[in-house]
Amino acid sequence: MDIGSINPILLVASIMVSATPILLAAIGEMVVEKSGVLNLGVEGMMITGAVVAFAVAVNSGSPLLGFVAGALAASTVSLSFGVLTQYLLSNQVATGLGLTLVGLGLSSLVGKPYEGVKAPSLPRLDIPVLSDLPVVGRMLFSHDIMVYLSLALVVAVWAFLKYTRAGLILRAVGESHDSAHALGYKVVRVRLLAILFGGACAGLGGAYLSLVRVPQWTEGVTAGAGWIALAIVVFASWRAGRVAVGAYLFGGITVLQLNLQAAGAQVPVALLSASPYLITILVLVIISARGMHGAPASLGRAFHASN
Amino acid sequence: MKRRTSLASAALAATLGTGAFAQDTTKACFVYVGPIGDGGWTYQHHQGALAVQEAYGDKVEIAWQESVPEGADAERVLTQMAISGCDIIFTTSFGYMDATNAVAAKFPDIKFEHATGYKREHPNVSTYNARFYEGRAVVGHIAGKMTQTNKIGYIASFPIPEVVMGINSYYHHAKAANPDVELVVTWAYTWFDPAKEADAARAMLDQGVDVITAHTDSTAPLAEIAKEDGKAWGFGQASDMAAFMTNDDGTPGPRVASIIDEWSPYYVKRVGALMDGTYEQIDSWAGMPEGEVVIGEMNDAIPAEVQAEAHAMIDAITAGEYHPFTGPMNKQDGSAWLAEGETASDGELLGMTFYIEGITGEVPN
Repeated sequence: MDIGSINPILLVASIMVSATPILLAAIGEMVVEKSGVLNLGVEGMMITGAVVAFAVAVNSGSPLLGFVAGALAASTVSLSFGVLTQYLLSNQVATGLGLTLVGLGLSSLVGKPYEGVKAPSLPRLDIPVLSDLPVVGRMLFSHDIMVYLSLALVVAVWAFLKYTRAGLILRAVGESHDSAHALGYKVVRVRLLAILFGGACAGLGGAYLSLVRVPQWTEGVTAGAGWIALAIVVFASWRAGRVAVGAYLFGGITVLQLNLQAAGAQVPVALLSASPYLITILVLVIISARGMHGAPASLGRAFHASN
Repeated sequence: MKRRTSLASAALAATLGTGAFAQDTTKACFVYVGPIGDGGWTYQHHQGALAVQEAYGDKVEIAWQESVPEGADAERVLTQMAISGCDIIFTTSFGYMDATNAVAAKFPDIKFEHATGYKREHPNVSTYNARFYEGRAVVGHIAGKMTQTNKIGYIASFPIPEVVMGINSYYHHAKAANPDVELVVTWAYTWFDPAKEADAARAMLDQGVDVITAHTDSTAPLAEIAKEDGKAWGFGQASDMAAFMTNDDGTPGPRVASIIDEWSPYYVKRVGALMDGTYEQIDSWAGMPEGEVVIGEMNDAIPAEVQAEAHAMIDAITAGEYHPFTGPMNKQDGSAWLAEGETASDGELLGMTFYIEGITGEVPN
């Protein structure tokens, strides 16, 4: 075994890139769930974002425009989920699963002409001064802008939920929509906005996959990343900081196990491959054993003002 | 009651309709493990399906289903296809082996063809495969000649004989071309997950590997290698992946050559045999001589003399003069396997679960 051949600087850098798509999707889904809505369509929204971002980036030559388009497209499809569940009171689980299927199908249709095409890539944003620092410069401060944006988004969501009035209203709606309604808050409107935000975040995550991480369009490019994002929200017990930890842990273990394999570590490969899932299950067990899962009380329940 | 009768007669008419229809057209169905748009494995099988349509025109009808998970779902899909009037069903992934045999038992009149497997439990099940290790031998030679760091990589999918055979063939020929070469194997435990395939390529690149071949289905490893700006190289896998052959600025791209699975000759032959009544159960394992394994065009990143050597090897394999597993070869533990001049039997290759001498690490169970 030659652990010395793993370069810790490159390892951390590659973990950050690997974790960014699921971090973006998970932070958006967390806000949705905080408002009391369970949207299982993350995978579908991600892949919609991935294909639209790719198409727009290829046609316009601008990856940033691609990201914007990906976010808009994913929030548009999430709007259909919003209208169905909030106004027509459809079942959230079934509608969310439907959204995933629609997203997968739609994306392969839209993406057909883009198979095998190369996209303009996002330039690495070397932060002045900081990126010249030894070790940490390359490790932390030489990424593209989306990596920083995803982390900034985590901080913003945390501050929004904790310190702002609007954040408090959103949490109130998620905990008890009847009480929030009685107090005069627009439950459906708040939820709809949260769903749109979640859609945009999932779209950004998908766009990051097709424009930066993989960078290309192939059908099924998300390969289950949306489901991992959903699991991370539960894993994080609906807290923004923990979502970041969960996403980095998950991305980190995946990358680390591949690096250990490449370095020839004498560890059973099957075990290494399963390790991210094993650790997720372990953490979930610990969280439930402590009895503090922190799920919003109205999560997944339909609301109508007449109830 | 009246309504039920009309329904029953409608159903009868429908059955008769398909029955009459089935007499003049043969329906060939295909089950794919990934999306057709993967640009690799499934894409090539679909090209084969289209070739069948092209060859027989109106006499044949083709149908397919993409992204069918291996396991219980496959059995459901196969049953559905059998009921819907398919005359011959091609199941195109190793993991469909048990499902294919289980469904074949229930539909003895329908022909089943399972790719890369070895179970033929019923007279209506045939198996077919291609000798991909012939292609691995050629790219292994190129890899050995091209590496600057003397570290070459292999993104492996699952520890099955097919993959182990590929690893051994790749390493053996790289080693023959460059005695200092060292092989790094990473197991992705997936056939298709672009992000994970890219991560695996990245992990190897970060550790100084500069030539990578993949045994997974997407083009993601090539896209990752492209980020090295001409300091690392890879190969198209299953399909030509020509999009990565040349960079936008005209310089040679990361894909220096490719191993192409050409299923068309086999599919056309088998469906043809079914139509003219000469169809028999077989176990087919064809390679370069039959045109089922093809090396894609090499780009200019490969020095001319290496290209010439690679072409010489392709010609020798195609002419049947050279077998990539020709002794002397030892197993990983140093024990003798093939004596000087001895070639491996097909049975040994299809059951291969060991590395040859010089490869570090273990084959996972």
